[in-house]
Amino acid sequence: MKIEILGSGCKKCSNLAADVEQVAHELSMEFTIEKVTDMAIILEYGVMSTPAIAIDGNVVAAGAVPSHAEIKQLLNQASKA
Amino acid sequence: MLIWFSVFADWLVYDLLRLSNQTQLGQAVHFFVEDTSKIFALLIVMIYVIGFLRASLNVERVRQYLAGKPKIIGYGLGAGFGAITPFCSCSSIPVFLGFTSAGIPIGITMAFLLTSPLINEVAILLLFSLLGLKVTLLYLLTGVTIGMLGGALLDLLKAERWLQPLAAKAYAMGQQHSPRETLAKQSQSTSITWQQRHQFAKSETSEIFSRVWKWVIIGVGLGAALHGFVPAGWLEANLGDGQWWTVPLAVLMGIPLYANATGVIPVLESLLLQGVPLGTTLAFCMSTVAASFPEFVMLKQVMQWKLLALLFSILLASFTLMGWILNLVGY
Repeated sequence: MKIEILGSGCKKCSNLAADVEQVAHELSMEFTIEKVTDMAIILEYGVMSTPAIAIDGNVVAAGAVPSHAEIKQLLNQASKA
Repeated sequence: MLIWFSVFADWLVYDLLRLSNQTQLGQAVHFFVEDTSKIFALLIVMIYVIGFLRASLNVERVRQYLAGKPKIIGYGLGAGFGAITPFCSCSSIPVFLGFTSAGIPIGITMAFLLTSPLINEVAILLLFSLLGLKVTLLYLLTGVTIGMLGGALLDLLKAERWLQPLAAKAYAMGQQHSPRETLAKQSQSTSITWQQRHQFAKSETSEIFSRVWKWVIIGVGLGAALHGFVPAGWLEANLGDGQWWTVPLAVLMGIPLYANATGVIPVLESLLLQGVPLGTTLAFCMSTVAASFPEFVMLKQVMQWKLLALLFSILLASFTLMGWILNLVGY
């Protein structure tokens, strides 16, 4: 699965990227993670509150740093879909 | 209820630490203890309550609400929403692009962006509890007015001329589609349970508190120093008449001191107690909070220098004007 962390590169965004990476490892998922700071791409996703998480091209969370449990749920849901 | 913090500070400083209330040190420490304990308690309660109420309000909804509104109403709504929806300053660009691409006129977007850093709901409640209703209303009214007039002026000047290519593309995109059509694709209605509200409010409280507590300490510390050690009457003698040049001076001094609104308010309290006129004090406060260099550097990605300089001048001019008016009216 392809995970993208959308954001301008502030502290919240890098925290989120680290958290997501950790949880994905815990779930032993196969994934690639990328930090997207290009505003043109973020605009195409229609995201206005950063940081946001997109999995395989779908935005699943925006505007907050979710807890580990929430991230786990998001990743599990996305892998089933 | 707030009297308890004074009682607590009396006990801690005068009884336990045995400092005299006749000395400058005693008074400064008392001010510090009373204000930090009071502000910390107020912050925790208020951020939670506001978070609870605000859980379902987000930028996407605001955009949906603003799209297609007539300009005149839009300026007021934009500034009003800017006052109540805080967003991380690194979100200012996505917000700007999101609004622009939804066909919202640039003036309304700017009214939102100008007011948002200027007024935040925690600062309003702190102002209210420390300085009273009158100052709070003045602060609110000035902030919203600056946002509305700034937005209207930028529309009048056709500010969209000075956008960077990326933002210009978003603007063109917004003009092609009707706002409703664009938003229908993206909007999603979500209902939210009490449990989710509580979770949101709880995480907001810990997130905001962990970010601002140091600003409160710094702000109250400065306030306490002003309170206890700047000779009584010195500030009043030098700034107290509200001479015309003190207002632009206060505004210019505020810019490099970029700070959090939460930290500035205790300083504000001290300045007022020392006899500095309200107009000068509020002008200083607004310039400290709103005219932030980091944010301008970020906005450079979507705006050309000309527009940034214009924006900056609008802010400085309106703070100065507001300071003069308030001093003149004699509050």
